[in-house]
Amino acid sequence: MKQFLRVAWVVMRKDLTVEMRSREIVYTTVFFAASCVLVFAFALVREGRPLEDASAGILWIAIAFAGTLALGRTFERERHTETLRALMLAPSDRPAIYVGKLLGVLVLMAIVEAVLVPMVGLLFHAPVLARPLWLAALLAAGTLGFASVGTLFAAMLVRARSRDVLLPVLLYPITIPVIIAGVRGTAAIFQATPDEPMARFWAALLVFFDVVFVTLSLWTFEPLMTE
Amino acid sequence: MECDFDRLVVDDVSRHFGRRRALTRVSLTCGAGTILGLLGPNGAGKSTLLAILSTLLAPTSGQVRYGTFDARSAGPGLRGRLGLLGHDLYLYPELTARENLEFFARLYGLRHPRERVGRALAHAGLADRADDAVSGFSRGMRQRLALERALLHGPRLLLLDEPFTGLDDASGHALVSRLRGLRDEGAIVIAATHDLDLAEGLLDDVAILRDGRLLAVPRASGPLRERYRETLLAAAPAAAAPAAREEPAR
Repeated sequence: MKQFLRVAWVVMRKDLTVEMRSREIVYTTVFFAASCVLVFAFALVREGRPLEDASAGILWIAIAFAGTLALGRTFERERHTETLRALMLAPSDRPAIYVGKLLGVLVLMAIVEAVLVPMVGLLFHAPVLARPLWLAALLAAGTLGFASVGTLFAAMLVRARSRDVLLPVLLYPITIPVIIAGVRGTAAIFQATPDEPMARFWAALLVFFDVVFVTLSLWTFEPLMTE
Repeated sequence: MECDFDRLVVDDVSRHFGRRRALTRVSLTCGAGTILGLLGPNGAGKSTLLAILSTLLAPTSGQVRYGTFDARSAGPGLRGRLGLLGHDLYLYPELTARENLEFFARLYGLRHPRERVGRALAHAGLADRADDAVSGFSRGMRQRLALERALLHGPRLLLLDEPFTGLDDASGHALVSRLRGLRDEGAIVIAATHDLDLAEGLLDDVAILRDGRLLAVPRASGPLRERYRETLLAAAPAAAAPAAREEPAR
């Protein structure tokens, strides 16, 4: 277990070091997500009044789109230098590589969310500070569910010719339950009177999805990555 | 689990990609302290065979045995005894030479990674460029660094795909001496190469592949280039002629 965690940590640290040097993924995903929210703000906010419940949906759409972009780019780097093969050769359990890559993606998505949440609060008048812990919990659970499947699919598709098209085609249908749960849970706490029991229900559902998706991904990563 | 071994046996290995046969019933044996040259024209199946030996690719049929182990049962322990220098160098261009080696040293769980990396950088002749990003290196410098990456954990089986690519004369000869040193220490080295001049005198044994099949190499002494050409011509005179004319690098 210690070795598993060490390898996951080393891979995550490497990914973040590479990203700190290039800042390619952070800049592109933040810019893309912010543009997305801005476009929706122009479409859905009339005379300073946003459409009811729109803020939660916009937040999660922007997270999903930006997350897909980050997932694709993270593995594109490994494909470009063929370094994924070197990772697969490491004398460790291969799921540790998966966990390392997943942690790297989660950190990047957390940075994007740190920009998105205040933007949505500002442009859609969403009460993002009304229940900050609930919002953080929903975002954390939803992001983990989305990224766990996304990391597996992005790794699987790394050698596919049409990987850029295939990734969203495969990822969105599978992660729709996560996105719906995230939207409904977030909408519950964005109401004028936050509905905590409803938020708790959707958060519990997200945790359930996380457990299922992470377990399945850890289980299938090695056979899927062996050519 | 540490999986050391002193013999590599490739037994009737075939690999198909859809309808294309990349390797057909290849068998060979290699003992510790041997350098085996894997020769053949482009598309002969050399890289596929190296990928199978490195456990990255599973054979369609047949098996590879590393002493008493096989890839499926030994897993991580076996991978810790393999080193691969592929045609792609498996280096991160955004990281410095030192960071690249330290990353792999930590990935392999090596003790005293800084000391090992320092020695590896000295071996590669890159001690003075250790803190420069790899993206600024020439192909030859990257090749030297990639070789050290493959050797960092002291592998028993070293698999090299075109190891002389991009190396100048001095670096090429330094690599030859390094490989001889590894052979003397008991490593099994398998090198796929087109550079027969540098390989001449280095290889203990030669395996020639063409169209995924292993050809019988005459035991007779003589220049490696001649033996290579004769083997290809003898295998299938009419079909082999274009392949034989595809001269390996001089």
